[in-house]
Amino acid sequence: MKSLAELKAIREKALKEINLRDNADKIRVVVGMATCGIAAGARPVMNAFVEELNKRNIKNVNVLMTGCVGACRLEPMAEVIDARGEKTTYVKLDADKARKIVVEHLVNGRPVIEYTIGETERE
Amino acid sequence: MRELSLHLLDIAENSLSAGAATVNISLEYKPGVLRFRVSDNGKGMEKEFLDKVTSPFTTSRTTRKVGMGIPLLKNSAEITGGSFRIKSGLGAGTVVEADFITSSIDRIPIGNIDETMKALILSNPSQDFELKFKNGEKEYELKTVDIKNYLKGVPIQNSDIINWIGESIREGLKEIFGGVLNEISG
Repeated sequence: MKSLAELKAIREKALKEINLRDNADKIRVVVGMATCGIAAGARPVMNAFVEELNKRNIKNVNVLMTGCVGACRLEPMAEVIDARGEKTTYVKLDADKARKIVVEHLVNGRPVIEYTIGETERE
Repeated sequence: MRELSLHLLDIAENSLSAGAATVNISLEYKPGVLRFRVSDNGKGMEKEFLDKVTSPFTTSRTTRKVGMGIPLLKNSAEITGGSFRIKSGLGAGTVVEADFITSSIDRIPIGNIDETMKALILSNPSQDFELKFKNGEKEYELKTVDIKNYLKGVPIQNSDIINWIGESIREGLKEIFGGVLNEISG
């Protein structure tokens, strides 16, 4: 089994990276993680956000969880809150959509309109 | 809920909303029974709320008057022939315990406990989690407080650390429940 001593090497590597880290304004991604969200598949969505951000070495985004937002039928949901506090609400997500949001919205700065609550509710 | 690990995510989230600083999670196999237990040092519940907490029409949230998390876990345990208990008191934290009869065809698999723990730790880095697997002979334990002591200044959300935690949990599951529960190979 794993031993805590292995963390030493990981820690040293991490410390080097921290020094290089860009402490730019933080963007938040908040994933709904109540019973409704979890049952609809919020856990793979959250983990996809985290993995894609790590893969691209994006450090200015925090992925968090929240409770029920009150629109259970639209779960899994996530809100992207940018550094200015502007909020984009994404609904009916899956892992692939989450990865696309990372690329399009968080990297390129273009919200993925087709996954937003406004667009979905219009149908 | 198709996996016990998803119930875990849901129940642990209740502990965190109750302001818990530490959430204790344990999965213990005793011949024929898998005991799932989540205890916390959150604010706890008043007796009046506790008495009706297994009803889907009880919830602490204000957006809507139904709460499915606890009733769903209770049902998942009881359909295997197992049982469910919850203990709580104001200021005394909460203990949720569910016994699953392992031979029952209706028992949901343990699922990806590692994914659940990663999600919990990532989004609640200041809270502490203790995870224990037991099978009567052997024990596996992971405490985020120990990991944090080792890290001294490096955030636990660091991707290499989180991946290490996930790997450690997967190894622990295999070590303790491999060949014991039929969804985990020995």
